[in-house]
This record gives sequence, C-alpha cells and structure tokens, in this order.
Amino acid sequence: MDTSPREDSPDELAPPTTGPVDGVIGELTEPKHPGPATETPGTYRAGMGASRHLVVVGGGMVAHRLVEALRDRDDAGTWRVTLYAEEPRAPYDRVALTSYFSGRDASDLALGTPDLWDDPLVHLVRDTRVTEIDRAARTVTTVRNGGSGPTAVEPYDALVLATGSYAAVPPIEGSDLPGVFVYRTIDDVAALRGWVEEAAARWKRPVRGAVVGGGLLGLEAAGALQALGAQSTVIQFGPRLMPLQVDEGGGEALRRLINGKGVAVRLNTSTTRMRPGRDGKVRRMDFADGGRLDADVVVLATGVRPRDELARAAGLDVGERGGVVVDAGCRTADPHVYAAGEVACIDGAVHGIVAPGYAMAEVVVDRLLGGQAVFPGADTATKLKLSGVDVASFGDAFATTEGALELVHADPVAGIYTKLVLSDDAKTLLGGVLVGDASAYASLRPMLGRALDGDPGAYLLPEGAGSAGRPATTLPDDATVCSCNNVTAATVRGAVTEHGCTDLAAVKACTKAGTSCGSCLPLVKKLVTTELESAGITVSKALCEHFDLSRAQLFDVVRVTGLTTFSEILTKHGRDGLPQGARGCDICKPVVASILGSLDTGHVLEGETATLQDTNDHVMANLQKDGSYSVVPRIPGGEVTPEGLMVIGQVAKDYGLYTKITGGQRIDMFGARLEQLPEIWGRLVDAGFESGHAYGKSLRTVKSCVGSTWCRFGVQDSVALAVELELRYRGLRSPHKFKLGVSGCARECAEARGKDVGVIATDKGWNVYVGGNGGFTPRHAQLLAEDLDTQTLVRTIDRFLMYYIRTADRLQRTAPWVEEVEGGLEGVRAVVMDDSLGIAADLDAAMARHVDLYQDEWKATLEDPEKLRRFASFINAPTTPDPSLAYVAERGQVRPATPEERLASSDGSGPVLVAGTTLEVRR
Amino acid sequence: MTTTTTTPSSTTPSVPVVLGTSSDAVGWTTVCHVADLVPERGAAALVDGQQVALFRLADGTVRAVQQLDPFSGAHVMSRGIVGSRGDAPTVASPMYKQVFDLRTGRCLEAVGREPVDLRTWPVRVEGGLVMVAVPVTPSAPVAAVAVTVVDPADDEVTP
Repeated sequence: MDTSPREDSPDELAPPTTGPVDGVIGELTEPKHPGPATETPGTYRAGMGASRHLVVVGGGMVAHRLVEALRDRDDAGTWRVTLYAEEPRAPYDRVALTSYFSGRDASDLALGTPDLWDDPLVHLVRDTRVTEIDRAARTVTTVRNGGSGPTAVEPYDALVLATGSYAAVPPIEGSDLPGVFVYRTIDDVAALRGWVEEAAARWKRPVRGAVVGGGLLGLEAAGALQALGAQSTVIQFGPRLMPLQVDEGGGEALRRLINGKGVAVRLNTSTTRMRPGRDGKVRRMDFADGGRLDADVVVLATGVRPRDELARAAGLDVGERGGVVVDAGCRTADPHVYAAGEVACIDGAVHGIVAPGYAMAEVVVDRLLGGQAVFPGADTATKLKLSGVDVASFGDAFATTEGALELVHADPVAGIYTKLVLSDDAKTLLGGVLVGDASAYASLRPMLGRALDGDPGAYLLPEGAGSAGRPATTLPDDATVCSCNNVTAATVRGAVTEHGCTDLAAVKACTKAGTSCGSCLPLVKKLVTTELESAGITVSKALCEHFDLSRAQLFDVVRVTGLTTFSEILTKHGRDGLPQGARGCDICKPVVASILGSLDTGHVLEGETATLQDTNDHVMANLQKDGSYSVVPRIPGGEVTPEGLMVIGQVAKDYGLYTKITGGQRIDMFGARLEQLPEIWGRLVDAGFESGHAYGKSLRTVKSCVGSTWCRFGVQDSVALAVELELRYRGLRSPHKFKLGVSGCARECAEARGKDVGVIATDKGWNVYVGGNGGFTPRHAQLLAEDLDTQTLVRTIDRFLMYYIRTADRLQRTAPWVEEVEGGLEGVRAVVMDDSLGIAADLDAAMARHVDLYQDEWKATLEDPEKLRRFASFINAPTTPDPSLAYVAERGQVRPATPEERLASSDGSGPVLVAGTTLEVRR
Repeated sequence: MTTTTTTPSSTTPSVPVVLGTSSDAVGWTTVCHVADLVPERGAAALVDGQQVALFRLADGTVRAVQQLDPFSGAHVMSRGIVGSRGDAPTVASPMYKQVFDLRTGRCLEAVGREPVDLRTWPVRVEGGLVMVAVPVTPSAPVAAVAVTVVDPADDEVTP
C-alpha cells in the first residue's frame, strides 16, 4: 500500500511542502492559522497522524457518503475529518424516512456501518451548529444546540458545505399553528406520529389529515399519515400529482392509484389559510375556490430550499433560486470550500434528491485526494417509495429532446401507464415514466442514452408476458447499475469473473451494489446469473451428485408424488446414470429426511428414514466435541416451574452433566453418553418434559419477555403467545433451524427482531417481523405486517414458515431466503398477506396437518424397543462407556479433558481425570 | 444363505483361527449377528480392545473402519451418514463431515484439512455372524490426535 505522503500531488490543497506554487494558489496554501496543517512534512512521514483537516458542515446522507468515500480511498490517511451534525444523531437514511412509520425505530435508518464513527480519523460532532465561516482565517465557529455550551473555533484546510435543505413553509396564514408539520427529519416525523396518536386517542375517531403538496414527498407523507391510521387528503396546487416526474397521462394514472389506496386528492387547489379550533390547534383549511376541509393535522410538503445561509454570510456566490454556486469539481470560488448535495447549485441547478448529492460527494473526495473528477450530470431518476403505488421516472421524462418520440402504453383498468421516450429514430432510450407497474425500471434505467435491443414497445409489456415479453437487455459495461453506490455493470460482472463471486450475497459484499436502497437488486441478480452462465459457471442448484434438483424442487416432487422413502425418491428422481449402488450421501440424505419431516410423514427414526438422519437427529441430542451429547428439554416461552427446574437439576446431578442456560431461554445439559440418553429422557418425559429439538433443523425456541402479566410496561401477554407459538411449531422440520421471539411492548426485551420471526406487541395487537438472525451475519428482521390480532398473526406466521419451508435452499436461513425469493420481502408479503399465488389455503392446511400430527419424538422412541437399540455404546457391549471419554473439573462442573491434560494424566504429571460421567445414585 | 467375504480367503472356518505365519497372524473375532446391524447405519464395537465402527451396507456387505475420527479425536465414526461417492461406499464423519471410502479407509473429502485415512479391518459374514479379522498379537491402541475446536456458531449450542 502506498503510504507515502501526497506532497507531489497536483492538488491545489497539497500541504505546504515542496513543489512549485504560484499565484493565488500559493497564497491560499500558506497556512494562516495554527493547527494540523502547520505540522511539518517530517511529522507526517513519521505517521503521527493526518496532516490535513477537513471540516464537513452537515450530518446528512451526502456528508455520510463523503466521509465514507474518503475513508475508503484515503489509504495514506492524509485527511482527518470533523463532521458537524445539527441533529443529535449520526447521519441516517432520510430517503427511507417514511418507513419510520412502519414501526421501525430510528436506529434502523442508520447508514453504513457504525465502525465509520469509530475511525480515529473521523470525528462526528452531533447536536452542534456551525454559525460562521471565516474564510480568511480558514476557521469555522461552532455552538452546541440550545446555546448552552461555549462557542468553539475550529481550523480547517478544506471545508465542505453539506448542509442540505430545509422544508419550505409556504406563506399561508396559519402555517405556524400547532398541528401543522413539515416532513424532513426524524424529529419531524416523530412529532407528527406523536400528534396523530394523541389526537386519535383524544377524539376516539379517525384523525383527519391533510397534506399540502402533491409531489414525491407529499405522497409519501400522505402514505405515512394513512399508515398511522389517519384519513388523508392530498392538496395539490397544480393540475397533476408528482408534476416534476410524471406527465399528464402518468399523473392521471397515479391519481387513480392513490385514490384506490384510500387517499383523497384535490388538484388545482390553492390553500388560502389554515384556521385553529377553540383549542388553538389547526382545525380547518380554506381554499381559494371557496372549498374547505376539516383537518386535525396538516403536513406541508411544498418543497425544500437550500441551507445556504452560511455561504451567503461568508460572501460566497449563491444561485438565482439559492444554493451555493460550485464548478464541475464541486468547488466554490474559494478553492478551500466545496459544496455538495442539496445545498449546491451546480450547472445552475439545485438537486433535491440524493443520487446527484452522492455523485458530488464522490467528486469532492476525488478532488481532495488530488484527482480531477467532474460532476457527471444529475441522475434525476426517481422511484416513489409508497407501498402499493409503483411510480418511477427517469431521464427525459417529458420528451423535451428535439424530435423525441413517445411510446405510451396505458391500461386504465389495470391502473397502468407506461411511457418510453426515444430518440427520433426510435432506437435510443431517452427517458421514461412508469406508473402502476415499475418493474421494468431497474433494467431500463441503466439503458438511458443507449440503443434498446429489439422492439422498444416490448419493454412496456407487463412483466412475465410470456415469450413475447420483455426482451433481455444487454447492459453496456459502463452503465450504472446501482446509483446509490455508483456501481457499474462492469464492476458487477467483474465480481463474478475476477473475484469468483458465485451468488448475489457475495456480489453485494464485493461491490456494495444494492446495499443502500436495494431497488437495483433484481437487476444485479440478473446480471450475476447471466455472467455466471456465460462464464461457463453453472449456477447449479443441484443438491449433490445424486440429485440434479434443488431442495425446493425436490420438496415439490416429494409433496406432489407422496413418496415416503429415500430409495424410491432416489430411484425415481435421482440424477440419470447414477452408478449401481449409489445410495445418497451426507448432503442429500438429511435434506430428504428434513423434507419428509416437514411433510409429517412419520417419526424421524421410522424405517429407512432413520438412516438419513445426521447423528444429532439420529439420537435426538447434540453431538459435542468429545463424542458425548447434550440434552435440551423444551421449555416453551422460557416459562418453567420450580418443580421442572428441580427435575432438570436432579437429572443433571445424577448423571454428572454440565449445565448451562442457553440463549434460547432453556437449559442445556452436556456430557451425556449415547447409552445414557434413553434413561435420561425417560426421567425427563416422566416429569412432563419433551424434546426441545435443539438438535434439529427445526423450531428451536420462542423467546419472550415477561409481558403484560407482570411487567409495568407490557401491553400484551407475550409469554402466553410465545408458549402458544412454541407449542404450535415445535418439531416442524425446515431447511435450517429457526427461532421466534415475542416482546410484550416496543422496548423489545425479547430481542424478537433478531429472530427469524419476531413479534412485538402494540396497543392494537401485534407487529410481525421476518428474516432476522444472530450468528455470523447478524440481521434485523423486517416488518411484514402491523397491528394483527392474534388469530391473523398466527395465520401469517403459519404461511410465512410454510412458504419458507417449501421454497428455501438447503441450509438457507430466512434472511437470505427473503432476499432471494421471488419479489423479495414484498413478494413474501403478497403471498402471505394477499395470497398472490393462490397457495394460502394449501399452506394453511399443511400447517394444520403439522399441528395435528405432532408427537414428541422422545416419548415415541422410549415406547419402541426397536428404536432404542441404536443407543447401545457398543454392539457387543451395549452399556460399556466409551473408554476414551475423560473429564476434568472446572468451576464446580465437568468439562472434556484437553489432549494436553490427557497426556499429562497418563504420565502422572497432570490432574486426575474423571473417566466419563457417572450415575452416582444408581451405583 | 449368502456368504459375504471381504478378504481373499473364502474357506476360513467361522471360529477364530490363526491364518498364515506367526508374523502376520490373523484371527477372526465374532462380534455380533448381522441382524443386529441396521442397514446403512454404523455401530461401534469393541474388538480386541479397540473401538471399531461396523457398517452394514445396502447390498449386505459389512465394512469395518476405526471408530476414532482422526480429525476430531472423538470415537464417533459409527455415527456418521452412510452413502456413496461414485462407486465408493462412504461414511461422513458426524463431527466435521470429512468423507471416507469404507472399502479402503481413504479420505475422499478432507473439508479443507490435510487428508488422513482410516484404518480398516477385514470383515466376513457367515452363518449370520459378523466377524472381524484381528492380529493374533494385539496391536497398540490407535493414538489420539489433536482435537480441533470449532467456532461457537450460535447462541444455542449445536455443533
């Protein structure tokens, strides 16, 4: 790695060291203040820290991207960065703000990895404003919010203004009334949420909401109000919704769609004033046409204005409609001051969306590191993030290019309006508007400015319109696939061809494509598959050398044919041309065992099925490193009686087992020998315990907090629900283990969102989250549905689990499955909540069958002498313990002896080993 | 009655007997009835003071390999999944899933480790009895090998 200083860099901001400097640049590189920039090059070479100081004013998405990119690229550590964020939190995903209403908490909106803020070269100062820039002295003055703290003066070598915008408040009488909100920050949204919830509680009727502004943000705000249970009306001054993005036809289709979602729309309406009720809070809106509307809450979404006041005060140029004027390198007239994001006025325009801001951040970083990058032009493509309303717009959506042709497909019945804008020869894609079905967005957008293959009209056909459907696009290498992270098709392809990635997850990790908003993931997936195929790498879903089928295909085969033995399944559906005597392997056998288990075809140890089980399932215990096993009785919901605890304690004591509380709220007993398992389980079953399936690819536990029965804060009985769910899904075989959690209130003490299915109580019922896990790649579960009653909740989880069991790959947990399955989380929601595949009844029936047929595997085994034979330690000495087992005492319990301890014991120099665990009371 | 032998000799009587010279003396120890063995599963046996893993294959053949899993140091080979790789009947270690040819003990899949083969024993089935060939002079027990520790995978202990 090049760690040499960049003093030979052509960058005007190079440290004042060697090399020719002249004119204005020379003057400006003269340090005029004490501080890091005066450190000598010698200090810098000695690696005692970054020599230059970058101050970023603003803590939004662009500021975050800038710091992330700088730390990514500045290998030599030439810059240290101080970020001043006005909000009391680290930068967050403002674009996803609306999702804050879907029950997500603020931390879910965090951008990137938290490690960035631990970087010694990055200093994030929250809750602090920059009040003044002294360009001559190259310092900024800062003050803590609330004005309590003293002001501070901080020198800089380079300054980036990334102050963003503020929500414009139109000059309408009453816009300062309580109950009138803007929609910009987490605090705005939280205040709005609090207001609506309080109003709903007070009025005991649906809260009447109104949104002034029918643009992108206004529609999102309307959706958010609706998500809060409020009625919502959008008031649009102009003749159509989203006027900046869609044309007249698209606007009309959009209005219908929005209406269809239950949001009222008033077009061509000018609000003249908002009037308070007797309580002083907003109550009514008056319109210029004489109309009026009752409203308990109003959101103003009439646009944003750049926060350019610091720049103005510092004497920097601002554009006609605001915004700090910068050149193509994002630099102001002052070579030490840059601007990026919504505050910048570049090519005479201010851009209120994030993609151009990210591009500017990258340009600034390149310039700081001595590069010559220029702003590539604004990518103004937008996609509305409103559930059930698909709108996308990109490129020259209004066909303003000379000679441009418009190709329109409108289906008012289906609520679809799609339009492509093409060059005058009808070949090159110039832009498009997609309303009602934006599924072509991901593949069309990167084709902007390029010739489309085949008949352009075919791109407007609905997705999956058979062989005559959309042509497959061949993306040029330089086409941007992921605009959030600026990843090109070539980079994605290179991840496959050069870095050996063979699946979507690996490509995401390698390229960062699709890791921000995720809208490009379908395209990335398609690219990866195509590339793997053309590279001759077969994306084989084949299980192993015995089956060409994937697990999901095999599941369908077994389900439909009703076959119940491995031999039949292998003979009829195994790979062609298997050698005589091919008998499956350690891959396909457990898969078939799991499938048969999921279909509840009988006991796991019944007949031939017993031969398919891995050792854990075969002896219904967990193999440990020395060949002994651990035993875990089920403790549903983590609820256990003192008598139950005493039984477990006595069993562990009698057999000398090491005991430990698991993460799943139950008790694990270690060191049981194979031949002891039936005896141990005999005692546990007698005491009313049953198998905990800690050994199975199946439900492990349903973790719960204590809930409303005891807890002062609980709003629902989480333990009762956890017990119900655990008893419902116990023994359900699945592609991988899965866990559930139930929390009795939003404090989430059960850590339910770290589970495959997490349930969190609300005042109105339950929110259900899916796809979480701990382990190597921790994942937070994502919201699937809100405020369900218990019956609907159970049905939803039934379907989710069964859909997962039927379609997941071998050893694929729910998080990667949700990502890979058709349509992602939305697709899962459609299947589970809206029965989009028409399989819900079938899934319900399958779960009902599981619940009906459940039996405790251990109890059934103890009743069957044939099954008990497999627990002999030796076939010719069935009760002789494995003579190799040896234990040492530690903290009052046993543990397996290490190889060193065994050696030391055998030559008499070490501790005396305990030869196996013993049953004292029965001797 | 079917007689299956896996040694060159097919005329050996069904009781332990010394074959050959004293330097390579081999005896046959009767271990169990073939019916005691579950087809396509293993069972451990104590043979001549050593732990042996017996496997009854689908075609009736019985194979014997060392019970000690050389990769984990635990005596568990009999608890692995029986299957096939190409023509080779195999067992996969239940511990870290290395795969071995049951005919030769050869390690076919080392799962990223240095391959280590298993010791095998000749086995014959006669009169419904399973017999394992043992040297007349007992050999030293197989030495234990270092144990590999796997990362704790999750919050519930399930290696």
